[in-house]
Amino acid sequence: MNDIAKKLLKEVSGLDEMPKGAYNIRENSKSVARQSSENIEIVSKEDKSGIDIIVKPDTKSENVFIPALVSCSGVHDLVYNDFFIGENADITIIAGCGVSTGDSCDGSEHNGIHRFFLGKNSKVRYVEKHIGEGTGTGKRVIDPVTEVIQEEGSYMEMETTQIKGVDSTRRFTTAKLKDGAKLVIKEKLMTHGEQFAESKFEVDMDGEDSSVNLISRSVARDYSRQTFISKINGNTRCMGHSECDAIIMDHGVVSAIPEITANSLDATLIHEAAIGKIAGDQMIKLMTLGLTEGEAEAKIIDGFLN
Amino acid sequence: MLKLENISFEVENEKEILKDVNLTIEKGKFIAITGPNGGGKSTLARIISGVLKPTKGKITFYGEDITNLSITERAQRGISFGFQQPVRFKGITVHDLINIAKGEELSVMDASHYLSEVGLCAKDYIHRELNDGLSGGEIKRIEIATVIARNTKLSIFDEPEAGIDLWSFNHLIDIFLKMHQSQENSIVIISHQERILDVADEIIAMVDGAIVKRGVKESVLPELLHCEDPKNCLNCHDILEA
Ligand SMILES: Nc1ncnc2c1ncn2[C@@H]1O[C@H](COP(=O)(O)OP(=O)(O)O)[C@@H](O)[C@H]1O
Ligand SMILES: [Mg+2]
Repeated sequence: MNDIAKKLLKEVSGLDEMPKGAYNIRENSKSVARQSSENIEIVSKEDKSGIDIIVKPDTKSENVFIPALVSCSGVHDLVYNDFFIGENADITIIAGCGVSTGDSCDGSEHNGIHRFFLGKNSKVRYVEKHIGEGTGTGKRVIDPVTEVIQEEGSYMEMETTQIKGVDSTRRFTTAKLKDGAKLVIKEKLMTHGEQFAESKFEVDMDGEDSSVNLISRSVARDYSRQTFISKINGNTRCMGHSECDAIIMDHGVVSAIPEITANSLDATLIHEAAIGKIAGDQMIKLMTLGLTEGEAEAKIIDGFLN
Repeated sequence: MLKLENISFEVENEKEILKDVNLTIEKGKFIAITGPNGGGKSTLARIISGVLKPTKGKITFYGEDITNLSITERAQRGISFGFQQPVRFKGITVHDLINIAKGEELSVMDASHYLSEVGLCAKDYIHRELNDGLSGGEIKRIEIATVIARNTKLSIFDEPEAGIDLWSFNHLIDIFLKMHQSQENSIVIISHQERILDVADEIIAMVDGAIVKRGVKESVLPELLHCEDPKNCLNCHDILEA
Protein backbone atom coordinates (compact mmCIF):
# COMPACT_ATOMS: atom_id res chain seq x y z
CA MET A 1 0.00 0.00 0.00
CA ASN A 2 1.49 3.36 -0.95
CA ASP A 3 1.47 6.53 1.14
CA ILE A 4 -1.61 7.98 -0.56
CA ALA A 5 -3.54 4.79 0.16
CA LYS A 6 -2.33 4.75 3.76
CA LYS A 7 -3.39 8.35 4.26
CA LEU A 8 -6.82 7.65 2.76
CA LEU A 9 -7.18 4.57 4.94
CA LYS A 10 -6.49 6.63 8.05
CA GLU A 11 -9.01 9.31 7.06
CA VAL A 12 -11.74 6.95 6.01
CA SER A 13 -11.57 4.47 8.85
CA GLY A 14 -9.24 5.92 11.48
CA LEU A 15 -6.85 3.00 11.01
CA ASP A 16 -3.07 3.35 11.25
CA GLU A 17 -2.44 -0.34 10.87
CA MET A 18 -4.36 -3.50 10.20
CA PRO A 19 -7.14 -3.86 12.75
CA LYS A 20 -7.91 -6.82 14.94
CA GLY A 21 -10.84 -8.98 13.90
CA ALA A 22 -12.44 -9.08 10.49
CA TYR A 23 -11.52 -6.70 7.70
CA ASN A 24 -11.23 -6.34 3.98
CA ILE A 25 -9.32 -3.53 2.38
CA ARG A 26 -9.98 -2.78 -1.23
CA GLU A 27 -7.55 -0.66 -3.23
CA ASN A 28 -7.97 0.28 -6.88
CA SER A 29 -10.58 -2.41 -7.54
CA LYS A 30 -8.77 -5.28 -5.79
CA SER A 31 -8.82 -6.73 -2.30
CA VAL A 32 -5.35 -6.06 -0.91
CA ALA A 33 -5.78 -7.33 2.63
CA ARG A 34 -8.36 -9.52 4.28
CA GLN A 35 -8.98 -11.35 7.50
CA SER A 36 -12.00 -13.23 8.79
CA SER A 37 -12.68 -13.74 12.46
CA GLU A 38 -14.24 -16.64 14.28
CA ASN A 39 -17.70 -15.09 13.97
CA ILE A 40 -17.38 -13.00 10.87
CA GLU A 41 -16.43 -14.59 7.61
CA ILE A 42 -15.44 -12.60 4.54
CA VAL A 43 -15.40 -14.39 1.17
CA SER A 44 -14.96 -13.20 -2.40
CA LYS A 45 -17.91 -13.29 -4.72
CA GLU A 46 -17.52 -15.74 -7.55
CA ASP A 47 -19.61 -14.09 -10.23
CA LYS A 48 -18.58 -10.47 -9.80
CA SER A 49 -16.22 -8.16 -7.97
CA GLY A 50 -16.98 -7.92 -4.27
CA ILE A 51 -17.38 -9.81 -1.06
CA ASP A 52 -19.91 -11.53 1.15
CA ILE A 53 -19.67 -10.73 4.83
CA ILE A 54 -21.33 -13.41 6.87
CA VAL A 55 -21.93 -12.73 10.54
CA LYS A 56 -22.84 -15.69 12.76
CA PRO A 57 -25.96 -15.49 14.90
CA ASP A 58 -25.40 -14.13 18.41
CA THR A 59 -22.08 -12.45 17.53
CA LYS A 60 -21.62 -9.65 20.04
CA SER A 61 -19.74 -6.33 19.91
CA GLU A 62 -17.48 -7.06 17.00
CA ASN A 63 -16.23 -4.59 14.41
CA VAL A 64 -15.75 -5.19 10.70
CA PHE A 65 -13.66 -2.81 8.64
CA ILE A 66 -14.29 -2.67 4.90
CA PRO A 67 -12.71 0.52 3.52
CA ALA A 68 -12.40 1.01 -0.23
CA LEU A 69 -9.59 3.18 -1.55
CA VAL A 70 -8.91 4.61 -4.94
CA SER A 71 -5.40 5.98 -4.79
CA CYS A 72 -4.84 6.98 -8.40
CA SER A 73 -6.68 8.55 -11.29
CA GLY A 74 -8.40 6.77 -14.15
CA VAL A 75 -9.98 4.10 -11.94
CA HIS A 76 -13.60 3.08 -12.39
CA ASP A 77 -14.33 0.78 -9.52
CA LEU A 78 -17.58 -1.14 -9.16
CA VAL A 79 -18.05 -3.42 -6.19
CA TYR A 80 -20.85 -5.57 -4.76
CA ASN A 81 -20.78 -6.20 -1.04
CA ASP A 82 -23.42 -8.27 0.71
CA PHE A 83 -23.81 -8.44 4.47
CA PHE A 84 -25.63 -11.34 6.02
CA ILE A 85 -26.25 -10.60 9.68
CA GLY A 86 -27.25 -13.59 11.81
CA GLU A 87 -30.08 -13.46 14.34
CA ASN A 88 -29.35 -11.55 17.53
CA ALA A 89 -25.92 -10.45 16.31
CA ASP A 90 -24.78 -7.00 17.37
CA ILE A 91 -21.95 -5.54 15.28
CA THR A 92 -20.41 -2.34 13.94
CA ILE A 93 -19.37 -2.01 10.33
CA ILE A 94 -16.86 0.67 9.49
CA ALA A 95 -17.01 1.29 5.79
CA GLY A 96 -16.05 4.28 3.76
CA CYS A 97 -14.42 5.27 0.60
CA GLY A 98 -11.48 7.48 -0.20
CA VAL A 99 -10.76 8.64 -3.72
CA SER A 100 -7.54 10.47 -4.52
CA THR A 101 -6.80 11.66 -8.03
CA GLY A 102 -3.55 13.49 -7.25
CA ASP A 103 -2.75 16.25 -9.73
CA SER A 104 -4.18 14.32 -12.65
CA CYS A 105 -6.87 15.56 -14.96
CA ASP A 106 -8.28 12.05 -15.25
CA GLY A 107 -11.12 11.35 -12.89
CA SER A 108 -11.78 8.34 -10.70
CA GLU A 109 -14.95 6.70 -9.63
CA HIS A 110 -16.06 4.32 -6.93
CA ASN A 111 -19.48 2.74 -7.05
CA GLY A 112 -20.33 0.47 -4.18
CA ILE A 113 -23.47 -1.60 -4.17
CA HIS A 114 -24.16 -2.72 -0.62
CA ARG A 115 -26.90 -5.06 0.47
CA PHE A 116 -27.70 -5.74 4.10
CA PHE A 117 -29.79 -8.67 5.25
CA LEU A 118 -30.49 -8.25 8.94
CA GLY A 119 -31.66 -11.38 10.74
CA LYS A 120 -34.28 -11.28 13.50
CA ASN A 121 -33.39 -9.03 16.42
CA SER A 122 -29.95 -8.27 15.04
CA LYS A 123 -28.35 -4.91 15.48
CA VAL A 124 -26.01 -3.15 13.09
CA ARG A 125 -24.27 0.14 13.30
CA TYR A 126 -22.90 1.13 9.92
CA VAL A 127 -20.46 4.04 9.76
CA GLU A 128 -19.39 5.36 6.41
CA LYS A 129 -17.18 8.25 5.47
CA HIS A 130 -16.50 9.56 1.98
CA ILE A 131 -13.28 11.40 1.28
CA GLY A 132 -12.09 12.96 -1.95
CA GLU A 133 -8.62 14.37 -2.50
CA GLY A 134 -6.55 15.73 -5.32
CA THR A 135 -5.48 19.02 -6.84
CA GLY A 136 -5.99 18.20 -10.53
CA THR A 137 -9.13 18.71 -12.52
CA GLY A 138 -9.91 14.99 -12.53
CA LYS A 139 -13.41 14.44 -11.16
CA ARG A 140 -13.89 12.29 -8.08
CA VAL A 141 -17.18 10.47 -8.19
CA ILE A 142 -18.77 8.23 -5.57
CA ASP A 143 -22.17 6.70 -6.27
CA PRO A 144 -23.25 4.36 -3.50
CA VAL A 145 -26.31 2.15 -3.70
CA THR A 146 -27.53 0.62 -0.46
CA GLU A 147 -30.28 -1.89 0.00
CA VAL A 148 -31.44 -2.87 3.46
CA ILE A 149 -33.76 -5.76 4.29
CA GLN A 150 -34.66 -5.92 7.95
CA GLU A 151 -36.32 -8.92 9.60
CA GLU A 152 -38.48 -8.71 12.73
CA GLY A 153 -37.10 -6.70 15.60
CA SER A 154 -33.85 -5.79 13.90
CA TYR A 155 -32.16 -2.42 14.28
CA MET A 156 -29.96 -0.62 11.82
CA GLU A 157 -28.22 2.68 12.30
CA MET A 158 -26.42 4.22 9.34
CA GLU A 159 -24.15 7.19 9.79
CA THR A 160 -22.83 8.62 6.58
CA THR A 161 -20.49 11.56 6.27
CA GLN A 162 -19.13 13.36 3.26
CA ILE A 163 -17.31 16.61 3.89
CA LYS A 164 -16.02 18.31 0.72
CA GLY A 165 -13.68 16.70 -1.79
CA VAL A 166 -16.14 14.60 -3.77
CA ASP A 167 -17.21 16.22 -7.03
CA SER A 168 -20.28 14.24 -7.70
CA THR A 169 -22.26 11.79 -5.68
CA ARG A 170 -25.57 10.10 -6.19
CA ARG A 171 -26.63 8.07 -3.23
CA PHE A 172 -29.57 5.74 -3.41
CA THR A 173 -30.75 3.92 -0.32
CA THR A 174 -33.72 1.59 -0.09
CA ALA A 175 -35.03 -0.27 2.91
CA LYS A 176 -37.78 -2.74 3.71
CA LEU A 177 -38.79 -3.14 7.32
CA LYS A 178 -40.66 -6.03 8.91
CA ASP A 179 -42.46 -6.10 12.28
CA GLY A 180 -40.75 -4.04 14.95
CA ALA A 181 -37.73 -3.28 12.75
CA LYS A 182 -36.13 0.07 13.30
CA LEU A 183 -33.96 2.06 10.92
CA VAL A 184 -32.08 5.24 11.79
CA ILE A 185 -30.14 7.12 9.14
CA LYS A 186 -27.96 10.10 9.96
CA GLU A 187 -26.44 11.83 7.01
CA LYS A 188 -23.92 14.67 7.09
CA LEU A 189 -22.85 16.41 3.97
CA MET A 190 -20.85 19.44 2.96
CA THR A 191 -20.34 20.36 -0.65
CA HIS A 192 -18.28 23.17 -2.11
CA GLY A 193 -16.95 24.41 -5.44
CA GLU A 194 -19.15 23.13 -8.21
CA GLN A 195 -19.94 19.85 -6.49
CA PHE A 196 -23.18 18.01 -6.85
CA ALA A 197 -24.74 15.64 -4.36
CA GLU A 198 -28.00 13.79 -4.52
CA SER A 199 -29.34 11.59 -1.80
CA LYS A 200 -32.42 9.54 -2.39
CA PHE A 201 -34.14 7.32 0.13
CA GLU A 202 -36.97 4.90 -0.36
CA VAL A 203 -38.24 3.17 2.73
CA ASP A 204 -41.12 0.71 2.98
CA MET A 205 -42.45 0.05 6.41
CA ASP A 206 -44.26 -3.23 5.85
CA GLY A 207 -44.23 -4.59 9.38
CA GLU A 208 -46.32 -3.47 12.34
CA ASP A 209 -44.57 -1.12 14.74
CA SER A 210 -41.63 -0.66 12.44
CA SER A 211 -40.06 2.78 12.37
CA VAL A 212 -37.67 4.89 10.40
CA ASN A 213 -35.92 8.09 11.40
CA LEU A 214 -34.00 9.87 8.70
CA ILE A 215 -31.91 12.85 9.71
CA SER A 216 -29.96 14.85 7.22
CA ARG A 217 -27.76 17.84 7.99
CA SER A 218 -25.99 19.54 5.18
CA VAL A 219 -24.10 22.63 4.11
CA ALA A 220 -23.88 23.78 0.50
CA ARG A 221 -21.18 26.35 -0.21
CA ASP A 222 -19.88 28.15 -3.30
CA TYR A 223 -21.78 27.01 -6.40
CA SER A 224 -22.53 23.52 -5.14
CA ARG A 225 -25.93 21.85 -5.40
CA GLN A 226 -27.68 19.24 -3.31
CA THR A 227 -30.92 17.34 -3.68
CA PHE A 228 -32.62 15.23 -1.04
CA ILE A 229 -35.42 12.95 -1.94
CA SER A 230 -37.05 11.03 0.84
CA LYS A 231 -39.78 8.64 0.01
CA ILE A 232 -41.36 6.92 2.97
CA ASN A 233 -44.25 4.49 2.68
CA GLY A 234 -46.15 3.52 5.79
CA ASN A 235 -47.98 0.35 4.88
CA THR A 236 -49.24 -0.60 8.31
CA ARG A 237 -49.10 0.67 11.90
CA CYS A 238 -45.69 2.35 11.91
CA MET A 239 -43.79 5.58 12.55
CA GLY A 240 -41.81 7.46 9.95
CA HIS A 241 -39.91 10.68 10.41
CA SER A 242 -37.58 12.50 8.11
CA GLU A 243 -35.80 15.73 8.78
CA CYS A 244 -33.74 17.68 6.31
CA ASP A 245 -31.81 20.60 7.68
CA ALA A 246 -29.60 22.55 5.34
CA ILE A 247 -27.46 25.67 5.50
CA ILE A 248 -26.81 27.41 2.22
CA MET A 249 -23.86 29.75 1.74
CA ASP A 250 -22.51 31.78 -1.19
CA HIS A 251 -24.46 30.51 -4.21
CA GLY A 252 -25.27 27.06 -2.85
CA VAL A 253 -28.56 25.47 -3.87
CA VAL A 254 -30.47 22.83 -1.91
CA SER A 255 -33.74 21.11 -2.74
CA ALA A 256 -35.59 18.86 -0.35
CA ILE A 257 -38.27 16.71 -1.91
CA PRO A 258 -40.32 14.65 0.50
CA GLU A 259 -42.81 12.06 -0.52
CA ILE A 260 -44.53 10.45 2.43
CA THR A 261 -47.36 8.05 1.78
CA ALA A 262 -49.61 6.59 4.44
CA ASN A 263 -51.17 3.43 3.05
CA SER A 264 -52.65 2.63 6.42
CA LEU A 265 -54.77 4.59 8.83
CA ASP A 266 -52.32 3.67 11.59
CA ALA A 267 -49.26 5.02 9.88
CA THR A 268 -47.80 8.19 11.38
CA LEU A 269 -45.48 10.03 9.03
CA ILE A 270 -43.72 13.33 9.51
CA HIS A 271 -41.44 15.26 7.24
CA GLU A 272 -39.60 18.38 8.31
CA ALA A 273 -37.33 20.47 6.14
CA ALA A 274 -35.54 23.71 6.86
CA ILE A 275 -33.21 25.36 4.38
CA GLY A 276 -31.64 28.74 4.85
CA LYS A 277 -28.51 30.72 5.42
CA ILE A 278 -26.86 30.92 8.82
CA ALA A 279 -29.18 32.83 11.11
CA GLY A 280 -27.98 36.40 11.65
CA ASP A 281 -28.67 36.30 15.37
CA GLN A 282 -26.44 33.22 15.73
CA MET A 283 -23.55 35.14 14.16
CA ILE A 284 -24.27 38.17 16.33
CA LYS A 285 -24.39 36.10 19.51
CA LEU A 286 -20.99 34.51 18.89
CA MET A 287 -19.48 37.86 17.92
CA THR A 288 -20.68 39.38 21.21
CA LEU A 289 -18.66 36.59 22.83
CA GLY A 290 -15.56 37.87 21.03
CA LEU A 291 -15.40 35.74 17.89
CA THR A 292 -14.73 37.31 14.50
CA GLU A 293 -17.25 36.82 11.74
CA GLY A 294 -15.16 34.03 10.20
CA GLU A 295 -14.68 32.26 13.51
CA ALA A 296 -18.37 32.50 14.33
CA GLU A 297 -19.31 31.04 10.95
CA ALA A 298 -16.86 28.14 11.38
CA LYS A 299 -18.21 27.34 14.86
CA ILE A 300 -21.79 27.31 13.65
CA ILE A 301 -21.01 25.04 10.68
CA ASP A 302 -18.82 22.72 12.78
CA GLY A 303 -21.53 22.35 15.37
CA PHE A 304 -24.23 21.85 12.80
CA LEU A 305 -22.34 19.02 11.09
CA ASN A 306 -20.93 17.63 14.30
CA MET B 1 -15.97 54.40 31.55
CA LEU B 2 -18.90 54.32 29.09
CA LYS B 3 -20.21 57.50 27.60
CA LEU B 4 -23.08 57.93 25.16
CA GLU B 5 -23.43 61.37 23.58
CA ASN B 6 -26.51 62.43 21.64
CA ILE B 7 -27.32 58.88 20.59
CA SER B 8 -30.29 58.58 18.26
CA PHE B 9 -31.59 55.56 16.45
CA GLU B 10 -34.04 56.08 13.68
CA VAL B 11 -35.57 53.43 11.43
CA GLU B 12 -36.58 53.87 7.82
CA ASN B 13 -40.10 55.06 8.38
CA GLU B 14 -38.57 57.97 10.31
CA LYS B 15 -39.56 56.49 13.61
CA GLU B 16 -37.10 57.58 16.26
CA ILE B 17 -36.57 54.68 18.61
CA LEU B 18 -33.89 56.43 20.62
CA LYS B 19 -34.01 60.18 20.93
CA ASP B 20 -30.82 62.03 21.74
CA VAL B 21 -29.73 59.83 24.62
CA ASN B 22 -26.91 61.07 26.83
CA LEU B 23 -25.58 58.69 29.41
CA THR B 24 -22.41 58.16 31.38
CA ILE B 25 -21.71 55.06 33.40
CA GLU B 26 -18.79 55.11 35.81
CA LYS B 27 -16.44 52.29 36.61
CA GLY B 28 -17.65 49.81 39.21
CA LYS B 29 -21.32 50.87 39.07
CA PHE B 30 -24.37 48.65 39.21
CA ILE B 31 -27.05 50.31 37.07
CA ALA B 32 -30.60 49.20 36.50
CA ILE B 33 -32.54 50.38 33.46
CA THR B 34 -36.27 50.14 33.72
CA GLY B 35 -39.40 51.49 32.09
CA PRO B 36 -42.36 50.35 30.04
CA ASN B 37 -42.20 47.86 27.16
CA GLY B 38 -41.18 49.47 23.93
CA GLY B 39 -39.34 52.25 25.74
CA GLY B 40 -36.08 51.52 23.90
CA LYS B 41 -34.10 49.66 26.57
CA SER B 42 -33.12 46.68 24.42
CA THR B 43 -32.30 49.00 21.54
CA LEU B 44 -29.96 50.95 23.81
CA ALA B 45 -28.24 47.72 24.87
CA ARG B 46 -27.82 46.70 21.22
CA ILE B 47 -26.33 50.09 20.40
CA ILE B 48 -23.80 49.77 23.23
CA SER B 49 -22.76 46.25 22.23
CA GLY B 50 -22.51 47.16 18.54
CA VAL B 51 -25.36 44.97 17.32
CA LEU B 52 -26.97 48.19 16.05
CA LYS B 53 -25.21 51.32 14.82
CA PRO B 54 -26.71 54.60 16.01
CA THR B 55 -27.92 56.96 13.32
CA LYS B 56 -26.50 59.86 15.30
CA GLY B 57 -24.16 60.32 18.23
CA LYS B 58 -20.94 59.03 19.71
CA ILE B 59 -20.00 56.23 22.08
CA THR B 60 -16.76 56.17 24.04
CA PHE B 61 -15.48 53.34 26.19
CA TYR B 62 -12.51 54.02 28.47
CA GLY B 63 -11.74 57.11 26.42
CA GLU B 64 -11.77 55.33 23.06
CA ASP B 65 -14.33 56.26 20.42
CA ILE B 66 -15.99 52.90 19.70
CA THR B 67 -18.90 54.24 17.63
CA ASN B 68 -17.59 52.56 14.49
CA LEU B 69 -16.16 49.44 16.05
CA SER B 70 -17.68 46.06 15.21
CA ILE B 71 -19.45 43.78 17.68
CA THR B 72 -16.33 41.61 17.91
CA GLU B 73 -14.03 44.56 18.59
CA ARG B 74 -16.29 45.83 21.34
CA ALA B 75 -16.52 42.35 22.86
CA GLN B 76 -12.75 42.12 22.82
CA ARG B 77 -12.47 45.49 24.56
CA GLY B 78 -14.64 44.22 27.39
CA ILE B 79 -18.32 44.64 26.61
CA SER B 80 -20.64 41.67 27.21
CA PHE B 81 -24.31 41.43 26.43
CA GLY B 82 -26.83 38.84 27.59
CA PHE B 83 -29.75 38.88 25.17
CA GLN B 84 -33.36 39.28 26.20
CA GLN B 85 -34.14 36.45 23.78
CA PRO B 86 -31.23 34.00 23.78
CA VAL B 87 -30.21 32.38 20.52
CA ARG B 88 -30.36 28.63 19.89
CA PHE B 89 -27.81 26.59 17.97
CA LYS B 90 -28.11 23.10 16.54
CA GLY B 91 -25.12 20.96 17.41
CA ILE B 92 -23.38 23.46 19.70
CA THR B 93 -23.37 22.28 23.31
CA VAL B 94 -23.61 24.27 26.51
CA HIS B 95 -19.98 23.36 27.20
CA ASP B 96 -18.95 24.65 23.74
CA LEU B 97 -20.68 27.98 24.33
CA ILE B 98 -19.09 28.48 27.74
CA ASN B 99 -15.70 27.73 26.18
CA ILE B 100 -16.35 30.31 23.47
CA ALA B 101 -17.42 32.87 26.08
CA LYS B 102 -14.40 32.20 28.24
CA GLY B 103 -12.06 32.15 25.23
CA GLU B 104 -10.40 28.91 26.33
CA GLU B 105 -11.11 25.20 26.54
CA LEU B 106 -12.42 24.63 30.04
CA SER B 107 -12.62 21.25 31.73
CA VAL B 108 -16.13 19.95 32.36
CA MET B 109 -15.65 20.81 36.02
CA ASP B 110 -14.57 24.39 35.40
CA ALA B 111 -17.33 24.99 32.88
CA SER B 112 -19.88 23.43 35.23
CA HIS B 113 -19.11 26.04 37.83
CA TYR B 114 -20.80 28.70 35.70
CA LEU B 115 -23.91 26.59 35.35
CA SER B 116 -24.17 26.07 39.08
CA GLU B 117 -23.95 29.83 39.47
CA VAL B 118 -27.18 30.23 37.51
CA GLY B 119 -28.93 27.40 39.33
CA LEU B 120 -28.62 24.68 36.70
CA CYS B 121 -27.51 21.21 37.69
CA ALA B 122 -24.30 21.06 35.69
CA LYS B 123 -24.23 17.35 34.97
CA ASP B 124 -27.68 17.49 33.40
CA TYR B 125 -26.85 20.39 31.14
CA ILE B 126 -23.19 20.63 30.31
CA HIS B 127 -23.41 18.27 27.31
CA ARG B 128 -26.83 19.39 26.11
CA GLU B 129 -27.21 20.98 22.72
CA LEU B 130 -28.45 24.57 22.65
CA ASN B 131 -31.40 23.55 20.53
CA ASP B 132 -35.16 23.72 20.88
CA GLY B 133 -35.01 20.99 23.51
CA LEU B 134 -34.12 23.57 26.17
CA SER B 135 -36.91 25.54 27.80
CA GLY B 136 -36.98 29.34 27.79
CA GLY B 137 -35.85 29.53 31.39
CA GLU B 138 -33.01 27.07 30.82
CA ILE B 139 -31.59 28.83 27.79
CA LYS B 140 -31.92 32.15 29.60
CA ARG B 141 -29.79 30.91 32.48
CA ILE B 142 -27.16 29.60 30.08
CA GLU B 143 -27.13 33.00 28.41
CA ILE B 144 -26.47 34.62 31.77
CA ALA B 145 -23.77 32.06 32.54
CA THR B 146 -21.86 33.01 29.37
CA VAL B 147 -21.81 36.68 30.40
CA ILE B 148 -20.65 35.75 33.90
CA ALA B 149 -17.94 33.53 32.40
CA ARG B 150 -16.63 36.44 30.31
CA ASN B 151 -16.36 38.63 33.40
CA THR B 152 -15.62 41.79 31.41
CA LYS B 153 -15.41 45.49 32.27
CA LEU B 154 -19.02 46.00 31.26
CA SER B 155 -21.75 43.37 31.47
CA ILE B 156 -25.22 44.16 30.17
CA PHE B 157 -28.10 41.80 30.99
CA ASP B 158 -31.39 42.31 29.19
CA GLU B 159 -34.26 41.21 31.44
CA PRO B 160 -32.40 38.35 33.12
CA GLU B 161 -35.41 37.55 35.28
CA ALA B 162 -37.56 36.31 32.38
CA GLY B 163 -38.47 32.66 32.83
CA ILE B 164 -36.45 32.20 36.01
CA ASP B 165 -38.09 31.08 39.22
CA LEU B 166 -37.90 33.26 42.28
CA TRP B 167 -35.57 31.08 44.28
CA SER B 168 -32.98 30.96 41.51
CA PHE B 169 -33.47 34.61 40.90
CA ASN B 170 -32.58 35.53 44.45
CA HIS B 171 -29.44 33.48 44.05
CA LEU B 172 -28.76 35.26 40.79
CA ILE B 173 -28.95 38.61 42.48
CA ASP B 174 -26.22 37.42 44.82
CA ILE B 175 -24.15 36.57 41.76
CA PHE B 176 -24.69 40.06 40.31
CA LEU B 177 -23.69 41.54 43.64
CA LYS B 178 -20.60 39.36 43.69
CA MET B 179 -19.69 40.59 40.20
CA HIS B 180 -20.27 44.07 41.50
CA GLN B 181 -17.80 43.65 44.35
CA SER B 182 -15.00 44.04 41.88
CA GLN B 183 -14.60 47.81 41.85
CA GLU B 184 -13.35 47.59 38.26
CA ASN B 185 -16.36 46.15 36.48
CA SER B 186 -19.74 47.71 35.82
CA ILE B 187 -23.05 45.95 35.45
CA VAL B 188 -26.08 47.22 33.60
CA ILE B 189 -29.27 45.26 34.11
CA ILE B 190 -32.42 45.96 32.19
CA SER B 191 -35.15 44.81 34.50
CA HIS B 192 -38.59 45.28 35.95
CA GLN B 193 -37.72 43.27 39.02
CA GLU B 194 -38.12 45.17 42.24
CA ARG B 195 -35.28 43.25 43.90
CA ILE B 196 -32.87 44.34 41.18
CA LEU B 197 -33.98 47.94 41.41
CA ASP B 198 -33.47 47.61 45.16
CA VAL B 199 -29.85 46.60 44.97
CA ALA B 200 -28.75 48.85 42.09
CA ASP B 201 -26.57 51.88 42.80
CA GLU B 202 -28.65 53.89 40.39
CA ILE B 203 -31.80 53.50 38.34
CA ILE B 204 -32.42 54.85 34.86
CA ALA B 205 -36.01 55.11 33.62
CA MET B 206 -36.59 55.02 29.86
CA VAL B 207 -39.86 55.98 28.23
CA ASP B 208 -40.46 56.47 24.49
CA GLY B 209 -36.80 56.31 23.55
CA ALA B 210 -35.56 58.82 26.07
CA ILE B 211 -34.10 58.74 29.54
CA VAL B 212 -36.76 60.41 31.65
CA LYS B 213 -35.27 59.96 35.06
CA ARG B 214 -32.01 58.89 36.57
CA GLY B 215 -31.13 58.67 40.20
CA VAL B 216 -30.68 56.65 43.31
CA LYS B 217 -33.43 54.20 44.06
CA GLU B 218 -34.89 56.36 46.78
CA SER B 219 -35.82 58.97 44.22
CA VAL B 220 -36.85 56.88 41.21
CA LEU B 221 -38.28 53.76 42.73
CA PRO B 222 -41.31 55.04 44.58
CA GLU B 223 -42.61 56.71 41.48
CA LEU B 224 -42.07 53.77 39.19
CA LEU B 225 -43.20 50.99 41.43
CA HIS B 226 -46.70 52.05 42.03
CA CYS B 227 -47.70 51.63 38.45
CA GLU B 228 -47.94 48.59 36.17
CA ASP B 229 -47.96 50.47 32.93
CA PRO B 230 -46.26 53.85 33.24
CA LYS B 231 -46.26 54.46 29.48
CA ASN B 232 -50.00 54.54 29.21
CA CYS B 233 -50.52 55.93 32.64
CA LEU B 234 -50.98 59.68 32.65
CA ASN B 235 -50.01 59.97 36.25
CA CYS B 236 -46.69 58.17 35.71
CA HIS B 237 -46.02 60.06 32.55
CA ASP B 238 -46.35 63.32 34.36
CA ILE B 239 -44.09 62.17 37.14
CA LEU B 240 -41.49 60.81 34.75
CA GLU B 241 -41.55 63.87 32.55
CA ALA B 242 -41.22 66.16 35.49
N1 LIG C 1 -35.30 47.54 13.86
C1 LIG C 1 -36.45 48.07 14.28
N2 LIG C 1 -37.33 48.54 13.37
C2 LIG C 1 -38.51 49.09 13.75
N3 LIG C 1 -38.88 49.22 15.02
C3 LIG C 1 -38.06 48.77 15.97
C4 LIG C 1 -36.80 48.16 15.66
N4 LIG C 1 -36.21 47.80 16.81
C5 LIG C 1 -37.05 48.15 17.80
N5 LIG C 1 -38.16 48.74 17.31
C6 LIG C 1 -39.24 49.33 18.08
O1 LIG C 1 -38.65 50.23 18.98
C7 LIG C 1 -39.31 50.27 20.20
C8 LIG C 1 -38.35 49.99 21.33
O2 LIG C 1 -38.03 48.63 21.35
P1 LIG C 1 -37.13 47.97 22.46
O3 LIG C 1 -35.81 48.63 22.47
O4 LIG C 1 -37.13 46.50 22.23
O5 LIG C 1 -37.92 48.31 23.79
P2 LIG C 1 -37.83 47.70 25.25
O6 LIG C 1 -36.66 46.80 25.31
O7 LIG C 1 -37.71 48.88 26.15
O8 LIG C 1 -39.11 46.97 25.47
C9 LIG C 1 -40.44 49.29 20.09
O9 LIG C 1 -41.60 50.00 19.75
C10 LIG C 1 -40.00 48.38 18.95
O10 LIG C 1 -41.11 47.83 18.32
MG1 LIG D 1 -36.50 44.76 25.70
